[in-house]
Amino acid sequence: MSIHPVMQRLADKLNRTDLPPFGPGDTVRVQVKIKEGDKERLQAFEGVVIARKNGPQGSFTVRKMSFGQGVERIFPFNSKVLDKVETVRSSKVRRARLFYLRGLRGKAARLKEIERA
Amino acid sequence: MPVNGILGKKIGMTQVFDEKGEVHPITVLQAGPCVVTQLKTALKDGYDAAQIGLVEFVKASKVGKPQAGHFAKSNVAPVKFQKEVAIEAAKAAAEGEAATDGVKAGDRVLVDIFSDEKYVDVTGTSKGRGFAGVVRRHGFGGGPKSHGHMFQVQGSIGASSFPSRVFPGQRMPGHMGVDKVTVRNLRIRGIDIDENLIMVEGAVPGPRDGYVVITKSKAPPRERRGFAGSGTVDPLKASKRASGKKGK
Repeated sequence: MSIHPVMQRLADKLNRTDLPPFGPGDTVRVQVKIKEGDKERLQAFEGVVIARKNGPQGSFTVRKMSFGQGVERIFPFNSKVLDKVETVRSSKVRRARLFYLRGLRGKAARLKEIERA
Repeated sequence: MPVNGILGKKIGMTQVFDEKGEVHPITVLQAGPCVVTQLKTALKDGYDAAQIGLVEFVKASKVGKPQAGHFAKSNVAPVKFQKEVAIEAAKAAAEGEAATDGVKAGDRVLVDIFSDEKYVDVTGTSKGRGFAGVVRRHGFGGGPKSHGHMFQVQGSIGASSFPSRVFPGQRMPGHMGVDKVTVRNLRIRGIDIDENLIMVEGAVPGPRDGYVVITKSKAPPRERRGFAGSGTVDPLKASKRASGKKGK
């Protein structure tokens, strides 16, 4: 089913366009807005993008190792919590979903870096 | 506009983020533009109401002669979908005029009538389920999945020689869906006057492109206490919370 023209226009209005292009295998630093009382500060969450969902309700999953423990966070693209996303490095990957990284540790979980043009 | 509701079409669902960063599921409804096709007055019809129609393209050959005459009377273009909505009498009465004053046949009704509202009621026709069994239609538990199973049967429908009949109202399989369903107190999450759109939180009965009637909320949640959502603070609870903090 194709998308309704009104929904398309609405999606264009609601979707944010300020995020840089990135994909699976990229290591990103996500600046997350955190509210403490009435103060707001930024916290970075740095890890590998292991999945990306597109569309108006799209999201991406970032995985990192935190003290030997794997941690994954799913960020909706349009989330107001997202302040900024920076691409730290890009890696060569051969699939769109890198869920196999969950079963790997240490050296085995490395990805080969590529130069992003 | 002193009209209580508007006609529209369900367009689709999506999600929005609020200021806190929380996600809300929303249904996008096309609301209007509508046109008043007839005015019902207490004098003539015994009650006050406005018959409004959703403005959209209608083939001339699809309009019957009685309907064509009805539209010609009010000098409006033919519409496919028309319904009656209440006229806000209180407002008119406050102005010291007759209840139907301010509304004329041929008037346009736009989505801006909801500008000051927080909640709406939406009435639509639910999706048809055809001849549905008791599990789907009435939420029966169904039979065991093993032990010589019979999955979706209803079991007994009553005792035997007494009363020797089935009591009226016994829930049984039958036609389901295509009913008039009203969902009350859907929070308004956005109004687009240029595109004639209203975004409400939650689901709305019916398929996409199904007609709906959107009215101002009849009984908004906890309105008597002046409470309308988490935005307002209940003074009693707030004081309790404050004293509780001090205690710690």
